[in-house]
Amino acid sequence: MKRTTRELGEHATKNEALDRLQAGTTLQERYLILGMLGSGGMSSVYKGRDLHFPNVTKLVAIKEMVNLIADQSMYDMVVKNFEREADLLATLSHPAIPTIYDNFTHKNRSYLVMEYIDGDDLEVILDEHEGFLPEERVVTWAIEICDVLSYLHAHKPQPIIFRDIKPSNVMVDHHNHVRLIDFGIARHFQPGEKGTMIGTEGYSPPEQYRGEASPAGDIYALGATMHHLLTGRDPRLEPPFSFTERPVREINQVVSPELEGLVNNALAYDPKDRYPSAMLMKEALISTATRTGLLSRPSVAAVIAQSGKVEEIWQFECEDEVRGSPLVQDGILYIGCYDNNLYALDAKSGAFQWKYATEGGISGRPSAIDGMVFIGSEDNRLYGLTANRGDLVWTYYAEGPIHSSPTLADGHVFVGSDDRRLHVVNQTSGRRAWRVEANAPIWSTPLVHKERVYFGCESGDFYCFDFKGELKWRKKAKRGVTSSPLLVEDMIYFGSRDWTLYAVEAENGYQIWRFRMGGATISSPAYADGMLFIGCGDNNIYAIDSRHSREIWRYEADHQVTSSPVVHEGSLYIGSVDGSLYCLDYKSGRLRWRFHTQAPITGTPAVVDNTVYIGSSDHKIYAVLA
Amino acid sequence: MKNFLASIFKRKRTSPVVNGRAAHGARQFPDVGGAHQIVIGTGQSVGIERDHNEDALLVLTGQLTSVDPIPDFGLFVVADGMGGHRAGEIASAVSIRTVARMLTQETVMQLLANDRSELEKPLQDLLRDALEQANRAVVEEVPGGGTTLTAVVLLGRQMTIGHVGDSRAYYIQNGKTEILTRDHSLVERLKELGQLTAEEAAVHPQRNVLYRAIGQGANLEVDISTQSMPSGGGHLLICSDGLWGVVDDGRIQKIVNNSTHPQIAAQELVTAANNAGGPDNITVILVRFPKD
Repeated sequence: MKRTTRELGEHATKNEALDRLQAGTTLQERYLILGMLGSGGMSSVYKGRDLHFPNVTKLVAIKEMVNLIADQSMYDMVVKNFEREADLLATLSHPAIPTIYDNFTHKNRSYLVMEYIDGDDLEVILDEHEGFLPEERVVTWAIEICDVLSYLHAHKPQPIIFRDIKPSNVMVDHHNHVRLIDFGIARHFQPGEKGTMIGTEGYSPPEQYRGEASPAGDIYALGATMHHLLTGRDPRLEPPFSFTERPVREINQVVSPELEGLVNNALAYDPKDRYPSAMLMKEALISTATRTGLLSRPSVAAVIAQSGKVEEIWQFECEDEVRGSPLVQDGILYIGCYDNNLYALDAKSGAFQWKYATEGGISGRPSAIDGMVFIGSEDNRLYGLTANRGDLVWTYYAEGPIHSSPTLADGHVFVGSDDRRLHVVNQTSGRRAWRVEANAPIWSTPLVHKERVYFGCESGDFYCFDFKGELKWRKKAKRGVTSSPLLVEDMIYFGSRDWTLYAVEAENGYQIWRFRMGGATISSPAYADGMLFIGCGDNNIYAIDSRHSREIWRYEADHQVTSSPVVHEGSLYIGSVDGSLYCLDYKSGRLRWRFHTQAPITGTPAVVDNTVYIGSSDHKIYAVLA
Repeated sequence: MKNFLASIFKRKRTSPVVNGRAAHGARQFPDVGGAHQIVIGTGQSVGIERDHNEDALLVLTGQLTSVDPIPDFGLFVVADGMGGHRAGEIASAVSIRTVARMLTQETVMQLLANDRSELEKPLQDLLRDALEQANRAVVEEVPGGGTTLTAVVLLGRQMTIGHVGDSRAYYIQNGKTEILTRDHSLVERLKELGQLTAEEAAVHPQRNVLYRAIGQGANLEVDISTQSMPSGGGHLLICSDGLWGVVDDGRIQKIVNNSTHPQIAAQELVTAANNAGGPDNITVILVRFPKD
């Protein structure tokens, strides 16, 4: 049996006052001290030998408690309480409760002599076991603990509340049976100062801190103990009552959902929500163990969420893959295609309005303002067209293909090109206002804010230029930045192929945090309610707390997620290379529905008037009900 | 005096002392560039009931205006020590020096470097490292000691907060007081779970029990967050529980909003805590932000 305590400060000095009994000491001319088994708080436990049995070695455990109460009447009360509880314990009879042989008080020390149990406590078993403890062992122990708790709780006239179920108070003997030790009798010996803790932090139920001790509290502590045994996470090292924040199966996937549910039930904050009795919890454990088969459990077939039916409103077929993203403005949907055309469709019906043929594939998202639509093409050109008829107003020539989407600001079109330049073009005349050089092709969509332009490039450099074309700051990711920047409250967010989402302070480019994902990303982040969302090459869609840079949830698609998320009225919409358009609850990451297309989706959806628009590599453009 | 117990940090009231006195660190930071600069006030008092001060505070600010400027920089830290003998005051002192040393090396020096294009460590990671380093320093140098620590790094318009324990950071703007930190105390946790009402929590005998503190050793989890300074100015307040435990939010807000200078407000806050009995050491840092 091993006890560990971390007693610091004032408690350390008090502990020094407790001189330990030396081996060889004899108490009451009967109990020979052989050594110490452990100590904690105001008490110590010794291994002893009963000298009344001179011909055999009868081992006993001797618990010693030191009375440190200064006040005389309190002091006397503590001794009385001790004797009363010793008497009570002596009357108990249950296989999991050690037999009490004797008790006596000498000076300021009281002793309890009891059955010596040869075995290890669960804390030692936890420490010494590599990996997770097998589920069936934990269930077996829990059943036995429930059994002894039922016995104690059914005690007449008063139920006995153990109040301190935790791994170190549960011994497992050599027959693999559970024995409860430490009946909390030592608690009275703690000086009754204000604020003294009852029970062990980490295992005690919330209501115990209001001074309530009930059978439901023992059930909670058993739940906490099971949680610790199944996950290996010591609750004393975690915030109090935070079990629900780390569900068993999140840490140990081998545990059955049934058992996890059972542990969660025992750990409910409200005692009314827990098993009403240890007996019922025991029955639940047995039926779970029977139902799941435990030892020979067949692998549970993955339960695929039954998602709601998705209503398709219309679809429109092009002549090649649609890798670009749609723009919906004034009832018209504009989208580029690898058949070189920019299409304009009626957003409500999908009816064809016009198309404009460029001489290369189109991968970006068009932008529109003041009756004009703008789009770049792999033919190196940026086009300005009339929105109503698709007539060409002007053409601007870059020196390389344009994959970046045009951004409109201050009467200008900002767009990147494979010629490694960011071009700033007058929106009305199509003439270049200025341009700046980057280290590599620019595929990301520039962000313009307060006379500054932000963009990434394929070398991993991320730039901030002012409108004079002067570099304000530059940041370097380890791989390309195809992801387009997002600005929220003076912070810039962008992803990189180096598996990282960066948060950079907008003014000076100082890096505030970074979040590491499981793969490269070219998806652009979206923001809602303090959360950032981004797709990733590791097939996941991540939701990240923008202030604390912590993952809130992730959803795993069947293939890479290069599409960028869009959040609209409580839902997140995103496409995947697996061909699906996903609609997730943005707060929880739960799947609302999934819409299948025939080929990868790489573009970003547009959501307008309760309709989601998306292009797919199956050559089609879809409108589905949001 | 405070002390800790297992992984839960517990603070106990000492017996009142008769010769309570109020003191304050009357540091004043001149208003360099007019209304566009931050203005800082600080206040500290041993309180009425205690005989020594276990709190520590640190203020460091930097400004460089030139053709190649650095963003407004500020480091503000409050630490509230706990532990027997002198462990509390040493723990807070050791922690605050460790945090200041690490952050000046890693942020100020980096800001001043001529080539800043290389990939540096994110500020949140630096702050986390600094608090973890303080934790190790206390474990090594001050056995039995512990401290709360709330550090705010101001960089341009971003406030990054590193926090352990139950000192607090607030943002006070017009009629609104927003608490930016979460107390790592048992009662706060019970409150979050709906087990205690705010009224019950305020008088709970275990309201001084912390479950996280610098000096706890292994498994220290530091709260780190960043948020933009709200537009329209306002005040950042960092304080120990000697203030927030006895002066309610409404009163704090009133003092801050009605004062002409943060230094005066900081001293008024300390006085208000002492007038309310001054049961604990009081430490206040108040930063006024310009209205854009």
